Amino acid sequence: MSAVVTEAPETTTQPGLREGAFGNATSLSCRECGHLVALGPFYACPECFGPLEITYEFPQVTREEIEAGPRNIWRYKALLPVPTDIETSPNTEPGFTRLLEAKNLAAELGIAKLWVKDDSTNPTNSFKDRVVACALSAARELGATTFACPSTGNLANAVAAAGARAGIKTVVFIPSNLETPKQVNSAIFTENLVAVDGNYDDVNKLASEIAGEEEGWAFVNVNVRPYYAEGSKTLGYEIAEQLGWRLPDQVVIPVASGSQLTKVDKAFQELIKLGLVEDKAYRIFGAQATGCGPVATAYKAGTDAIRPVKPDTIAKSLAIGNPADGIYVLDIARRTGGSVEEVTDDEIREGIVLLARTEGIFTETAGGTTTAVTKKLVETGQLDPSLETVIINTGHGLKTLDSISGQVGPAATIAPSYDAFKATGL
Amino acid sequence: MSVRVRIPTILRTYTGGDSEVTAEGATLAEVLDNLDASFAGIKGRILDEDGKLRRFVNVYVNNDDVRFEQDLATPTPDGAEVSVIPAVAGGC
Repeated sequence: MSAVVTEAPETTTQPGLREGAFGNATSLSCRECGHLVALGPFYACPECFGPLEITYEFPQVTREEIEAGPRNIWRYKALLPVPTDIETSPNTEPGFTRLLEAKNLAAELGIAKLWVKDDSTNPTNSFKDRVVACALSAARELGATTFACPSTGNLANAVAAAGARAGIKTVVFIPSNLETPKQVNSAIFTENLVAVDGNYDDVNKLASEIAGEEEGWAFVNVNVRPYYAEGSKTLGYEIAEQLGWRLPDQVVIPVASGSQLTKVDKAFQELIKLGLVEDKAYRIFGAQATGCGPVATAYKAGTDAIRPVKPDTIAKSLAIGNPADGIYVLDIARRTGGSVEEVTDDEIREGIVLLARTEGIFTETAGGTTTAVTKKLVETGQLDPSLETVIINTGHGLKTLDSISGQVGPAATIAPSYDAFKATGL
Repeated sequence: MSVRVRIPTILRTYTGGDSEVTAEGATLAEVLDNLDASFAGIKGRILDEDGKLRRFVNVYVNNDDVRFEQDLATPTPDGAEVSVIPAVAGGC
């Protein structure tokens, strides 16, 4: 994979790629300056370093065509940068996860109508399977021989599993101090788990440097990031389809880099433009942890300037101190009448327990953040409790057991006798 | 003060394809000026019109993000490694 583009391309796809390699995608364009780059293994604008975004020319797409598709993200393949024969390549077939009406949580929070989009039921138990499936397709089409990522958890699991299923070499880089269970969750799928002496930012930096030097390496969230990120749109498509082809009034989404929130908004806008849902107003809220809340801080300060922070929170999957899409999250929250809110680690733990005790959903710390932020948004009058609201649960609580294990446990330890049981008052 | 500068792929058109070059300077600002003298125009890709680091570029001196140091005034001791890397991120 070459990685040098210096000027706007005459063609929209790199030479050597097969026709339709990226479906209805037409080019990459810079979100900052609009500079156009040919579809290829590129992620940063050669003019201003801004993030590159996929642009499309969509054909007419109908609800019926989508509904006739498989019960996974490929039912939306016409709206993704993937070839029309994507289902024939082995992949983890993520998506079409359940949208649960959360009546108990709604009653607890005083919200009239509340849904949980539960992405903990994906193949490796987080939303990352969606984005990785799109990255895997791009890696294949670009002729990559190694599928890689820097990660602290969910992404590593998804990349290692998808690579195993696809039969492509995977290399996963993690901080060396990562807890053993998280290492096992990835190492079970790959022989090539590399522990780096440093924190996540150090691992991320190393990945960027390797991506710039090594031929044939596709780092899912580095040099194929534009394709990878598009996978998050399927969350937005599914929410709309599962609501009966309509948009919710309000959505609460966790924010790390901010990519997922921007892609859900992009999905809603695309559905409106394609006539698949009625055009209506919706509000998008971002959820962060106080220990890593640079976007929430900027939102509250009324500024566009996001000051990077050194993360210090139990919500490791949200611990990105310099969020690349943060500025766009601010734009969307302000444009739609939403906001970006933050909660403390204690509130995150309470959020995890609240969702579990009301709806039987065991979420990871990111979902605890989203639940706790939703509660705070209601309490502070930012979220309208009379409107239909969807919250996104991005991953399973078994992945972050360490964060909650001190919070829950036996209500009593008793002798094996009926009297002892009666004494508990249970 | 001679430092090694790691060049990202999208700026290697300025350095003839070289991924690493040497430059002089006691601070990051001086290093970038010196780099621009050797490879005209490269500084304008790293800094914006106001002379600040572009929003989507990260610069490290010996593995430390200069935004947590002294930005363009960050010292670049002899033998230091300066890395210029486009911003990317994982997570949600």
